Amino acid sequence: MNTAEAARRIGTRLTTSLIPILLALAVVVGLLAAVGAPPFTALGYVWSGAMGGSSQVGDTLMAWVPLTLAGEGLVITFAAGLWNIGIEGQIVMGAIAATWVARIGPDMPFVMLLLMFLAGAAGGALWALLAGVLKTKGRVNEIFGGLGLDFVAAGLAVYLIIGPWKREGIASTSGTEIFRPSANLPVVGTTRLSLVAVAVAIASVVLVWLLMRGTMFGLRLKAVGRNPASARLMGIRTDRYLLGAFGLCGVLAGIAGTIQVAGVWHKLVPSVSGGYGFLAILVALLAAFRALRVPPIALFFAIASVGSAQLTLLLYLNSAIGGVLQAVVVLFVILAGGWQLRRLSKRRSAAAAEAGAPATVAELQASGPAAPVETSGTTGV
Amino acid sequence: MALELRDIHKSFGDTRANDGVTLTLESGAIHGLLGENGAGKSTLMKILSGYIGADSGEIVLDGTPLRLSAPRDAIRAGIGMLHQDPLVFLPFTALDNLLLGAPAASAKDRKGARAELGRARERFGFALDPDATVRGLTVGERQQLEITRLLWLGARILILDEPTTGISADQRTTLFEALRSLASEGMTVIFVSHKLEEVEDICADVAVMRRGRVVGTSAMPCPSDRLVQMMFGKVLVEAEPPAVEPGEVVLRLEDVTVADRGLATTDLTASVRASEVIGLAGLEGSGQRTFLRACAGLVHPEHGRILLGDRDMTGRGLEAFLAAGVHYMPAGRLEEGLVSGLTIAEHVALVTGNGRFGIDWKQATDEADRRIERFSIRGSASSPADALSGGNQQRLLLALMPPDVRLLLMEHPTRGLDIESADWVWTQLMERRRQGTAIVFASADLDELLRYSDRILVFFSGRVLRTLDARGTSGEELGALIGGKEAVA
Repeated sequence: MNTAEAARRIGTRLTTSLIPILLALAVVVGLLAAVGAPPFTALGYVWSGAMGGSSQVGDTLMAWVPLTLAGEGLVITFAAGLWNIGIEGQIVMGAIAATWVARIGPDMPFVMLLLMFLAGAAGGALWALLAGVLKTKGRVNEIFGGLGLDFVAAGLAVYLIIGPWKREGIASTSGTEIFRPSANLPVVGTTRLSLVAVAVAIASVVLVWLLMRGTMFGLRLKAVGRNPASARLMGIRTDRYLLGAFGLCGVLAGIAGTIQVAGVWHKLVPSVSGGYGFLAILVALLAAFRALRVPPIALFFAIASVGSAQLTLLLYLNSAIGGVLQAVVVLFVILAGGWQLRRLSKRRSAAAAEAGAPATVAELQASGPAAPVETSGTTGV
Repeated sequence: MALELRDIHKSFGDTRANDGVTLTLESGAIHGLLGENGAGKSTLMKILSGYIGADSGEIVLDGTPLRLSAPRDAIRAGIGMLHQDPLVFLPFTALDNLLLGAPAASAKDRKGARAELGRARERFGFALDPDATVRGLTVGERQQLEITRLLWLGARILILDEPTTGISADQRTTLFEALRSLASEGMTVIFVSHKLEEVEDICADVAVMRRGRVVGTSAMPCPSDRLVQMMFGKVLVEAEPPAVEPGEVVLRLEDVTVADRGLATTDLTASVRASEVIGLAGLEGSGQRTFLRACAGLVHPEHGRILLGDRDMTGRGLEAFLAAGVHYMPAGRLEEGLVSGLTIAEHVALVTGNGRFGIDWKQATDEADRRIERFSIRGSASSPADALSGGNQQRLLLALMPPDVRLLLMEHPTRGLDIESADWVWTQLMERRRQGTAIVFASADLDELLRYSDRILVFFSGRVLRTLDARGTSGEELGALIGGKEAVA
């Protein structure tokens, strides 16, 4: 490939990822102006609220950790062609399992946390496998099965908090008893930042990247996700690989849930997942299900989430503006992907008319479809 | 009054479904449109009825060019199509179905609709209860309802796509009577079929399509063998395949009955020996695919036994068949063979990496390069499978075949390939045969069947009509048998 071609490819990449983000920012600026808030001041508050000091950076990173873990888990399930909407419930079940260990486990510094992580991973995996079995054995679409299981997990958490695991003398949805010190992740200074949590998240990025890139499991998973019929005839037991994908995703979600209780709340609360599971679906979408693209996008989402909380305090605005920003970015990126696909198919038919032969898909791919273009192909529902 | 189709072209991707069709149909007659599956009949009729648009060409009715961009335009011009599966709303009553398709002004005209159903009963003997839900009606009754509806909407040209599939003999008689009476009243009836006898029974003339073109027209009656020749082309069998001494029995079916997606294939008895080539002939959906899928362990017999060598494999799954050396290559290369989006190297890694955990990409790429060269695939190790042409996809599928296949099951090994690629594919297959692989393949190409098979099983309506020795069979004989005519010699 010559340099001009390479430059064009990079150019297309940049336009397809930058333009949607700029457009989304423009929409948010317009919205802020419409409600009478100074837009740029507000966005400045968002930034300083997320990155303005070590405490803020710590909070942002602690939001980045579950988003990254869940996002990486979704890279696996999306590769298998699954919409694992149940990931929210899988985080909650991980948190519940970890809390159970925190309540009854041995009060020993290192051992306790290790057991909590193991239990959390198992809890998330079991909940994911349940959605998987519903799909493979019961023919229940994973979206509906997962969504149902999300509600069950949330209900179970509330039941435990106001029932069996209620605090001495009172039953309140504010949460269970605070964990013993051995069940809490060590933090850096006065921030809430846990280096263990960050390390686990980084490890998940590397492991998922290796899994999808260099293992037969990852390759077979892709084959199953893209064409179950062909994969089946190649002798791949598709059901097993679907369950494997669910299980691995559940492990990562369960670890995210464990970090939520051991590192953020230090107890089980009803909203323990913080909606990070659903948000991670958007992260994974924007990352086009590529393991290495998840962390930066998760960081953007973490900044928007944590920073927009400042708006309530400083400008008396509803912090939902952060959610709006995230959602609008996703919509624009998907729109840009669809728009580019249209442009490519037009260019192809024009080229075909000119040359008298249809352009190959290789040519189309060489011209660099943006991330979301691929997603529509990988995970068409 | 006449309907003219002028130079109609329509392509789906690389496939030319209609490749310059020109046809004139006079009113007041039943016109037959013959052709095997995939000849382009349905595409042409969908264009005529406004369901799909042509890439180019003209439709002219009584000298006026028509612009048909939706079925509504066609029905306004008086063209109505009865689909193979009548398009009806199952939970609604017959009356409501009639009203649903009515123009807005008459949508509330329940009385008129009821009267229309009454008229249809008098005219054609369509005994339809207006208040019965359509779910409870037979296919034949749904057809009658649909015909009534199209006539009520003012259809003057009635297209029937394979109308006799799934209806009873009585209903067929009623239908044919109705069609004759409509034609005698001056309507144009287009009768699309691949059943020779029916076309001979009711059509005044016939047009035969093959590979997207009209290859011939004729007034009826016309000798069956001429129709067969038009449908399947002039069959010239040039080369005898090199004779290879067949080995031991590889596959045996004993009185097998299989049901696959609604079609029961019954009484399959066959035995295939090593180095033998067995062709499966028949119109699409006559049971060949079910036969192959049963031999691959993808569907399980309800009755009878399947044996590989001496081992009873009845009821075993695909994995057991794969382990026993069976390899199945279905017709849909990108649908059931390759994985879109994965590269050639990734495909090679998929089929060679069994039992390994990691992938050595260097090794996989080298192996892919070797196979690309050996199977002369136009593409590189990093080309995605869907970027390859049909011929190269087929080459890739052959390149991915395991080395030790005892029984190879193939559907349409050369469909859509140019002659050079097709020859090349068969050279490879014959090489496999020399090494002792038994080959069972389904094909719609009589030439291919006669040229490469040792024996041919002719399928018709879910059973084996005849087993032929390929060397003693003429193309005409095979074509007639495929059309269900046992008597023609």
